Amino acid sequence: MATITMEKLGKVYAGDVRAVTDVEIDIADGEMIVLVGPSGCGKSTLLRMVAGLETITEGTLKIGDRVVNQLEPAERDIAMVFQNYALYPHMTVFNNLAYGLRNRGFKKDEIDRRVREAATMLEIGQFLDRKPRQLSGGQRQRVAMGRALVREPAAFLFDEPLSNLDAKLRVQMRVEIRQLQKRLRTTSLYVTHDQLEALTMADRLVVLNGGRIEQIGTPMEVYLRPATTFVAGFIGSPAMNMLPADYLRALVSAESLAHLPRAADLIGIRPEDLSLDPAKENEMSLSGRLMLLEPAGAESHLHLTFEGVKDTMVVRLPHVPDVEEGSDLTFSIKRDRLHPFDAATGKRVA
Amino acid sequence: MVENNRWGNFLAHLILIIGVTIVVFPVYVAIIASTHPPGTFVRGVMPLWPGTHAWENYTTAITEGRSRAGTPPIGGMMWNSFIMAMAITIGKLSISILSAFAIVYFRFPFRIFFFWIIFLTLMLPVEVRIVPTFQVVADFGMLNSFAGLSIPLIASATATFLFRQFFMTVPEELMEAARVDGAGPMKFFKDILLPLSITNIAALFVIMFIYGWNQYLWPLLITTDPDYYTIVMGIQRMVTGGDSEPLWHLVMATVVLAALPPVLVILFMQRLFVKGLTETEK
Repeated sequence: MATITMEKLGKVYAGDVRAVTDVEIDIADGEMIVLVGPSGCGKSTLLRMVAGLETITEGTLKIGDRVVNQLEPAERDIAMVFQNYALYPHMTVFNNLAYGLRNRGFKKDEIDRRVREAATMLEIGQFLDRKPRQLSGGQRQRVAMGRALVREPAAFLFDEPLSNLDAKLRVQMRVEIRQLQKRLRTTSLYVTHDQLEALTMADRLVVLNGGRIEQIGTPMEVYLRPATTFVAGFIGSPAMNMLPADYLRALVSAESLAHLPRAADLIGIRPEDLSLDPAKENEMSLSGRLMLLEPAGAESHLHLTFEGVKDTMVVRLPHVPDVEEGSDLTFSIKRDRLHPFDAATGKRVA
Repeated sequence: MVENNRWGNFLAHLILIIGVTIVVFPVYVAIIASTHPPGTFVRGVMPLWPGTHAWENYTTAITEGRSRAGTPPIGGMMWNSFIMAMAITIGKLSISILSAFAIVYFRFPFRIFFFWIIFLTLMLPVEVRIVPTFQVVADFGMLNSFAGLSIPLIASATATFLFRQFFMTVPEELMEAARVDGAGPMKFFKDILLPLSITNIAALFVIMFIYGWNQYLWPLLITTDPDYYTIVMGIQRMVTGGDSEPLWHLVMATVVLAALPPVLVILFMQRLFVKGLTETEK
């Protein structure tokens, strides 16, 4: 059990290519932090820097009270789960789990005890004599988890561990990993590009873009108050609608936007914050023409256009409304659900 | 897609049978000739059925050879050939797998340069560098020794290159997982890379053993002491050595015996080779 402290962490590759800049994250003991961002945002590089697989070129990294910048991966007391599992193909499941312990000189009966304990926990007990290629994707994933578990490390590092699984299995493993992490209370750093995975698994999530932190916060903080237009567009699906304030002013009554700061020239609206109910107090109404209705079973996505405005808008309703495409619809939204941004800096202004 | 055409089948088989006959017939003649008494071969009409002197011819060849003409018994030459072939094979395999390991997994200055230097030597077979190599071996006093027979043939660009290509297909995460699991470079090599390479090692073993066994020019050049004669050059000595006519029945027996070990190696290693193919997976 340990904390992980990143101070001004940065990575510059040869040829002055910057991958990570000024990353400051304090991970509390037992906390699960999810690094999320689009591909190429530096999240995997950051994780590999913590693991010791990439050298740290700037800043300090502490695991517990130790500065570990110069330590080999094996000396950092971490365990890592790889995207493609990286199981040793010629070893049985038992040996895959035991390899790290043997290298550390554990006694035979202690290795045996730990491997069987982890195997029971992950329900892979009956596969211990098999080779990885005789296992299904989900089972391999469990073995990869097991290899991390047996070590009883200070921290788990997950590098997109679910992205090779099919959709159904991914949801199942997501739940299992989270439950396991909560039970063991092991400090964890988890990398994903899937915003849903990030929201559901994280104690706190870190949104990265271009090697910099855009926002750190609990999933609901990040969802309800995105700090930048990037975060607003990345977290939540369908993505937040962004309308220039001038367009919006032309569409709604003047006092509806009066509470927003003057610097707010870009307004974000979550698709799910709009409803077909008539506007009540503290709500404003907004009319548009329905261009396309996408029913999706439990919910529906409505694509709207506005006269004289080139931007379109997506509305997400928790049901499939009985409306015709091409008709004009009026929606209501709570005024405090508007997200004001400064278009020039991309930052939230209130 | 392919129609079951009677004539097509017939033609294909005919061509295959002709091809096999052309390849196999000389070998068959050698085997037959080794079972007949002296003189049958030179008479001009070669019988196509086995003779009765097989046992006698082979025991003579193995135990006596053509001692009076300066050719030792072939038992000893077979042993020399075996030692030379094994030394070359094992030497080539260990050196090339280690150099490939270095080139793929370590970042050192001039890494690419060294790779190309190794690659360039592919263009220089033994025959091209034989005179300078002879000079070096002679200066080291390694003429008429097993070291002299095998060491100059050990460096192998082919095997290094093949191992390099194989290592590049091994996912990098395996190495990283091993690092996290506390394995140093040599431990990773021994515990993970080597077991995964078994298939390639088996395949190269076959190729290298036959290469070593069939060496002709080099042993001919550096051995003057019959104790270090190898079987392949021994055949040549047998044919030309002495003033009398070549004893073809013994030459043929020697040829058959000389061809045996490579055949055995292929038969034996092929099983391991196939096993390796079906059991490993990257």
